[in-house]
Amino acid sequence: MMAVVTVGIIVQRNLFSVVVLAGVYSFLMATVLVGLDAVDVAMTEASVGAGISMVLLLAALALVGGEEAKPLVRPWLPLALALVIVGALVYGTLGLPAFSDPNAPIHTHVVPRYLNEGLKETGVPNIVTAVLASYRGFDTLGEVTVVFTAGAGVIALLRRVRRKD
Amino acid sequence: MQRYLVLRVIAKLVIPFMLLFALYVQFHGDFGPGGGFQAGVIGAAAVVFYALIFGLPAARQLVPEWIVETMVAAGVLLYAGVGVVGILLGGNYLDYFVLDRDPVHGQHRGIFWVEAGVAITVSGVMLKIFYMFAGRRRDPDEE
Repeated sequence: MMAVVTVGIIVQRNLFSVVVLAGVYSFLMATVLVGLDAVDVAMTEASVGAGISMVLLLAALALVGGEEAKPLVRPWLPLALALVIVGALVYGTLGLPAFSDPNAPIHTHVVPRYLNEGLKETGVPNIVTAVLASYRGFDTLGEVTVVFTAGAGVIALLRRVRRKD
Repeated sequence: MQRYLVLRVIAKLVIPFMLLFALYVQFHGDFGPGGGFQAGVIGAAAVVFYALIFGLPAARQLVPEWIVETMVAAGVLLYAGVGVVGILLGGNYLDYFVLDRDPVHGQHRGIFWVEAGVAITVSGVMLKIFYMFAGRRRDPDEE
């Protein structure tokens, strides 16, 4: 299903349908994440990927027009490069531990402590929130700063327009 | 889109529930899925929806630019401030155990304020970007 949508995004020349298909893709991705029991991530994917970013893309589309320009050169070199990178990434996944293997390195380091002590230490039943806000508070502070920087960058880039009128 | 009666009525019906859902996601994030990021985005989406239906000027009147811009910075400051309060009360930076006599309560308090900071910044940035993009459309002669 997602592969069909992806091919649709690549083939489609009308940018409006590309944006809508990207939203469809995000929703499918969210269902996949629900299937993986990552409800928090699925919620973010559905609201950010399918909601806000679609509105922003449509707003951008209203500014630049709805048809994709014909490429000037045949993109064989980028295509070959992309295929090489895909090959390298697929080769890399072969070295990963099997899916949901309990003995994988990631599950033996700090995860047992989070899962066993998290409720006792933070009193928060949702372990994702406990890790996000408490154990990894510094990381989240960095994330918020990234969001802030993105907003400040957009303001800095587009503010000039508003001053004119 | 101001003339479509059905859209206007449905929007007025749905937007309160969107905001309520955002608050639910925000404050229930300790127990169920959700948290500051999601709540901020949903809250911003409600205002974006309002802007799509009733027009950008109406939304700008509802949530003025200066509030949005203050939110962008205030959330980060709130988050960082929680860390500073932790230092002042004798702990490490972003150490929530010292925020209350009972360490678990302190954790609760710290997570609450941190998540609030996240939600404020995220919704502020989302709204600001939307205002910026949507506002450009109105003056076609600028380059």
